[in-house]
Amino acid sequence: MGEVIVITSGKGGVGKTTTTANLGTGLASLGYKVVLIDTDIGLRNLDVVMGLENRIVYDIVDVTSGKVTASKALIKDKRFPDGRLSLLPAAQTKDKTAVNPTQMVKLCEELKQEYDFVLIDCPAGIEQGFKNAVAGAEKAIVVTTPEVSAIRDADRIVGLLEASDLKNPRLIINRLRPTMVRQGDMMSIEDMVDILAIDVIGVVPEDDTIVISTNKGEPAILDPKSRAGQAYRNITQRITGHDVPLMNLDEPQGLVDKLRKIFGKG
Amino acid sequence: MAMIDFINRVFGKETGSKSIAKERLRLVLVHDRCNISPEILDDLKEDLIRVISKYLEIDVRSLDVSFSQEDQAMALVANIPVIGVKRQNQT
Ligand SMILES: Nc1ncnc2c1ncn2[C@@H]1O[C@H](COP(=O)(O)OP(=O)(O)OP(=O)(O)O)[C@@H](O)[C@H]1O
Ligand SMILES: [Mg+2]
Repeated sequence: MGEVIVITSGKGGVGKTTTTANLGTGLASLGYKVVLIDTDIGLRNLDVVMGLENRIVYDIVDVTSGKVTASKALIKDKRFPDGRLSLLPAAQTKDKTAVNPTQMVKLCEELKQEYDFVLIDCPAGIEQGFKNAVAGAEKAIVVTTPEVSAIRDADRIVGLLEASDLKNPRLIINRLRPTMVRQGDMMSIEDMVDILAIDVIGVVPEDDTIVISTNKGEPAILDPKSRAGQAYRNITQRITGHDVPLMNLDEPQGLVDKLRKIFGKG
Repeated sequence: MAMIDFINRVFGKETGSKSIAKERLRLVLVHDRCNISPEILDDLKEDLIRVISKYLEIDVRSLDVSFSQEDQAMALVANIPVIGVKRQNQT
């Protein structure tokens, strides 16, 4: 019996889809059977981040409305053997009310019989789309960036998750810039944990390889040199029960960093 | 950036904008987390009126109860215009 994990955030554009694509790909690389569900109806995106956009025939609404079976609608990622990684795309032409929470619970129940992990990419906001995305989930990952507005929304989401019985959500801090943290111009991991009071499951640095990999439709976790990819690999380890330390996020050092070291304030 | 700021930054003193961000967040979250529903606030108002009316004659219509930010904490502020004081039962 698999695990259903929703990836959510409140605020838009903080990296939910990027995270879902990378964690799904990473878990499949570890040998698990994984299915990704894009619940962002009307704003389908996970397909392009995964590079699977040209193979879509059916979408989530076709499945929840009973038009086709889930297995028929799933797109298999050919980078992995025997359909180990599949995607159920969002509907692009319908609106958020085309799916309801009861249907989502049923869909998740069905998929977790066959898959080790069901990862749900949640839309931004706290309305119907959010309710659908969390309905069938047993665990939640909250993504935030080190900004006031994103953290504020994350806090709101944590409250809503707990109210809908998704206890102990875990935090991913995305787009951290260690240099800015050191300069005192960006909140640190400790600052954010202090404020949100939830456990961190990973910290992903701001990284150009995310942009490049999204351009190509190949999740960064497949690139052994990508720092964000390394951060995501660590998170997949933690999801599967291995206790790996947070990676050293320091960038290659510039002159100012070296000076600071000399003066002992590193 | 002023030179002194720059020097402070190089030597890692806390002058950056993150402390401002943290402080603002802390305050806004106190507000957000304290989301008492309007119904509960109404109930609270009625109860207040009942209790206070035992002792004072108050202007129920201009009574105002709301939350406000007081430096470090949230405050429940009740503005209750008093019309008159009831005569005490002298015993
Ligand atoms: N660690 C990172 N480094 C650099 N760019 C990033 C990083 N994470 C995400 N991005 C970029 O930020 C943008 C938003 O990411 P993404 O689409 O994953 O966010 P989202 O939370 O799913 O957004 P939405 O709320 O619209 O669904 C994308 O252009 C993505 O490439
Ligand atoms: Mg998205």
